[in-house]
Amino acid sequence: MTLACRNGRSDSLVVRGRLVGDRCVEVSVSEGVITRIEPGGSSRALLAPAFVDPHVHLRTPGREDEETIASGTAAAAAGGYCAILAMPNTDPVVDSAPILRGLVEAARREAIVPVGFVAAISRSLQGEELTEMGELADAGAAAFSDDGRPVRSAGLMRQALRYGAITGRKLALHCEDPTLSREGQMHEGEVAAGLGLTGYPSIGESTVVERDLALAAYEGRPIHLLHLSARESVEALELAQARGVRATAEVTPHHLVRTDDAVRSLDANVKMNPPLRAEEDRRALLDGLRRGAIGAVATDHAPHSREEKEVPFEAAPFGVTGLETAFAALYTHLVLPGLLPLETLLERMSGGPARALDLPEPRIEVGARANLVLLDLEAEWTVTEGGFRSRSANSWLLGERLRGAVLQTIADGRVVHSGGHRWASA
Amino acid sequence: MRHLISIADLDRADIERLLETARALDGIEERLPTLTGRLVLTLFYESSTRTSSSFELAAKRLSAETMSIRATGSAVDKGESLKDTVSTLSAYDPAAIVIRHPQVGAPLLVARNASAHVVNAGDGKHQHPTQALLDLYTMRQAFGGLDGLHVAIVGDVLHSRVARSLTQALHLVGAQVTLVGPPTLLPRGVEADGVATSTEIAAVGEADCVYVLRLQRERMESAHVPSLREYAARWGITPERLRPGQKVMHPGPINRGLELDGRVADSPDSLILEQVRAGLAVRMAVLHDLLAADAPVAEAAAVA
Repeated sequence: MTLACRNGRSDSLVVRGRLVGDRCVEVSVSEGVITRIEPGGSSRALLAPAFVDPHVHLRTPGREDEETIASGTAAAAAGGYCAILAMPNTDPVVDSAPILRGLVEAARREAIVPVGFVAAISRSLQGEELTEMGELADAGAAAFSDDGRPVRSAGLMRQALRYGAITGRKLALHCEDPTLSREGQMHEGEVAAGLGLTGYPSIGESTVVERDLALAAYEGRPIHLLHLSARESVEALELAQARGVRATAEVTPHHLVRTDDAVRSLDANVKMNPPLRAEEDRRALLDGLRRGAIGAVATDHAPHSREEKEVPFEAAPFGVTGLETAFAALYTHLVLPGLLPLETLLERMSGGPARALDLPEPRIEVGARANLVLLDLEAEWTVTEGGFRSRSANSWLLGERLRGAVLQTIADGRVVHSGGHRWASA
Repeated sequence: MRHLISIADLDRADIERLLETARALDGIEERLPTLTGRLVLTLFYESSTRTSSSFELAAKRLSAETMSIRATGSAVDKGESLKDTVSTLSAYDPAAIVIRHPQVGAPLLVARNASAHVVNAGDGKHQHPTQALLDLYTMRQAFGGLDGLHVAIVGDVLHSRVARSLTQALHLVGAQVTLVGPPTLLPRGVEADGVATSTEIAAVGEADCVYVLRLQRERMESAHVPSLREYAARWGITPERLRPGQKVMHPGPINRGLELDGRVADSPDSLILEQVRAGLAVRMAVLHDLLAADAPVAEAAAVA
C-alpha cells in the first residue's frame, strides 16, 4: 500500500444518490466498507466513485506557505478526491528514503485524504544519477518522476526504465526537450508572435514523448506520460498504444478547456508548463480523452503565493491550482455543451487514473472500501479567491461561474468533505 | 483612452486622432499650460536615452511636473517588487506613469495596481507603442499618407518590440508590411497578421520605406545567426541594396556597419533624425490625449 492518511475511525452511514443512468440507490457503509446497495429513495444528487488525482504539488517540504499536506488534502476532499499523488520537486527533493519516510509519517498525522508520494527518478532532479529506487520503493514511493523537469538524457531514461523494474512502480514522465522549449513562456504560435513572448513549440514536448515511447517499447516497460499538451504527442501515444506499448497518459482540465488565446490577457494565472496550446491541440487532447488513449484527468495542482504571481507575466512562475475546480470546470465546459459524456468524465477522473498509476480503483460495489463522491449538477457558483481550502488561489478560473458542485466526499471509508462548497451560490 | 499599453488596444480612429494632435503640437516652442500642476512619473527599469528624455521633455512642454526613477540606485536595488514600488510612488498621486521594463506584462501590472494613466515605454519583446506612433508620424510627414504605403521591416523581428508594435500599427492604417530577415529571426506564426515575410534582402526593393531594426550582439551567442559578419553581408542595408529615393528609418541606437551602412544613415534619404524629432510631438500628443480629458481645469482647449 503506497497511500498514507491520518488515522481515525471509519464511518458508518447510508448514502443516497442517483447513479449515472438515473438509478437511485441507497449505499450502506459500515465501518468504511460498502455492505449493501439497494434501489430506493429519490435523490437529485449524483453518486459516483470518488476521484483520483495522479498529479498534485503539495509544496511540502519547503514551501508550506503555499500548501501543506493538510491544506492540499483538504482541497482534494473538497474537490471530490479520495486519493492523490504528490510530486517530488520540493525543497529538499524527495530523492532519499529518509525524506520520503518523513513525509509518509506527516501524512499519517495530517492527510485528510490518502496521499501517495512520488519519488524522484534522478538525484536532486539533476538528470545525472539515479536515486536509490529500490530503497525508495520499500519506503513507500507510489511512483517515480522528475516532474517539473524532463529526464534530459535518453541514456539515463533507459537506465531508469531498466533498473526501475525492481520497484514494481510506474515511471511518470514530464516530456520536454529544454533545447527546444528554451525559456519558452507560452505556446509557440500566432499569439506568441503577436505578444513577443518566447514560444515553447509543441515539438519540444512531442519529440521527447516519442523518445520515451520508443524506449518503453524497446525495454518492454510501462510508462505514464504526464500532462500532455500537444496534438503530436497524442498522435505518437495512440500509435505506440496500437503497437502494444504499455503507455498511459493524463491531461489537465486547463489544457482541455483553454487555449493560448487566453494568454493575451497576460494574466499570470494562465501561465503553466506545459503551456496552453492551440485550438487543434485542445481538440486532439479532448478526442484522446474521449477515446481513452488518454485515460486520466490530472490537475497538476501547482500552488503559488500571491507575491510570486503578482509580477509581470514574464517573471511569473509556471503553474495553476486545480483540485477544487476540476470537476466543475470540465462538467461546465465539456459535459454541458455535449463534448464529453458525463460517464466518460467520471471514469477518467477516477478509475482511469487509478489504473494508470496502479492504485486501488474506487468502485461502488459490496465489499469495497467506500470511496464515493456525491455531486450536485444543478449548483452554480463563482470561483473567488476567498473560497479555496488550498493555501493558494492561483486558479485559472478566478471570477468564472461554474456548474456542478461536490456535496460530499467519502475517502477510504471516511467522510472527508460534506456540506457543499464555501462559495456563495449567488 | 485610459492607458497606452499596446497598439492592439487602439483602433484606426485613435491613431488618426493621436497623429493629428501630434501635428498640432509639432514645432510649438513655448510651453503649453495643459498639464499644469500634474505629475508625470517616468519609471525606467532598462537603459534608455531617447525614449526617457523625450517623455520628460514632452511632459515639461505641457507644463507637467516630472519625476524620474531609475531601477539602479532605487528601492528596486533592494529587492522591492514592482507592485510595491508602484504603490509607494502612487502616494504622490501621479497623473501618468510612463514605464519601461525588461519583462513582458509589466505595464499591465502597473495599470492594475495604480490609479494613474499608464504609458508603456517598452516592455520586453512585447510592445513599444509610442515608437510605432512616432514612426507612423514620420512616414506620414515624408510620404503624405499611410494608406497603401509599403514598408519593409528588416532584421531581428523575433526579439523586437518595435517591429511588433509597428507591424500592428501599419496594418491598422492600411499600409502593407514585408518582414525581411534570417529565418531564425522571423517569428513562427507572424504571417497570421496579414504580413508578408522574406528571407531574401532583395525583398526590400519594392518597398517605399525600409525600416531597419537593431541587431543585438547577443543574438549570435544564442545561435540565431552564425556570425555578425555573415549577418552584415546578407542582410545589412547598404547603398547598393536601395533604390534612389527609397526612404530609410531606424529606431536607434544604430550599429553602424552591421545592420545599417553609415553612408545610408547619413544620406538625405534617411529619416532617422526626423524620427527623433517626431518622438517629442507624439509623446506630447499621447500625454495630452490621456490626461487632458480629466484635467480639473479646462486647458484642454489649448490644442484645439
